[in-house]
Amino acid sequence: MLHEQELKTFVEGTTNFFEVAAQQPASIGSPYLLEGTPQVHEYTGVINISGKREGVVFFTAPKAMLTVLLMKMQENDFSHETMRDLVGEVANTISGNARRDFGREFVISVPSVLSGEKPEIPHKPGLRSFIIPINWRSHSAKLVVSLT
Amino acid sequence: MNARRPMKLMIVDDSNIMRRRIERSQQFEDLQLVGTAGNGVEAIELFKRTDPDVVTMDLTMPRMDGIECISHLVALKPEVRILVVSALADKATAVEAMEKGANGFLNKPFTDRQLNEAIAELMR
Repeated sequence: MLHEQELKTFVEGTTNFFEVAAQQPASIGSPYLLEGTPQVHEYTGVINISGKREGVVFFTAPKAMLTVLLMKMQENDFSHETMRDLVGEVANTISGNARRDFGREFVISVPSVLSGEKPEIPHKPGLRSFIIPINWRSHSAKLVVSLT
Repeated sequence: MNARRPMKLMIVDDSNIMRRRIERSQQFEDLQLVGTAGNGVEAIELFKRTDPDVVTMDLTMPRMDGIECISHLVALKPEVRILVVSALADKATAVEAMEKGANGFLNKPFTDRQLNEAIAELMR
């Protein structure tokens, strides 16, 4: 069973990115549990976790949200590669936070980035996922924590 | 009286966004960007060609990571000043980078102010 503190680490990693990089905090929607693979947005940053827990954590966001986020970061390149780069950086921040808080009990991979609406996200059959809506300005992304 | 020569800056990060962000945000008139690299191997080649005084260094990169790259750069020029800019926020990573020869550590994400304070500290 996932502990609340563990979930908090992943959530804070995500919201910290918006607060610091865009200078505008994100808010958290009501988390819910889901059986099976959740639907994703156009861009997804994934970290694989093994050790004390096994599974994946990913941040998935629509292009419109990432575009505004890039604008807030004073970026003027809105190409596909830059969008991928950005979700990778968010996943990187989540990964860094987890390494800091969990230490060596968790083995956390370098983030990978997926794009498109039907990417192959690794999912263990029977494992339920915590879905945490991440709301920022008028946009909504998802943090998905799917761990044993 | 001799004018102080500008210090040369090299930015190493596999993220285009982060490279541009550091380039745009650093506000030192006496710091001149000589190039950017996307991994450790490129960084060593660029370092040999441009001889920078100050380097910002990501850690998680393809081909050669930042920790290994720091060792190479310090071997080439022991007086180089290296600021690690990384999302790896754990203490053990920071200590390892410092032991290899880094002079400062800045966590990602960062504000412009945090970046400039960290570079100012490095250039002192």
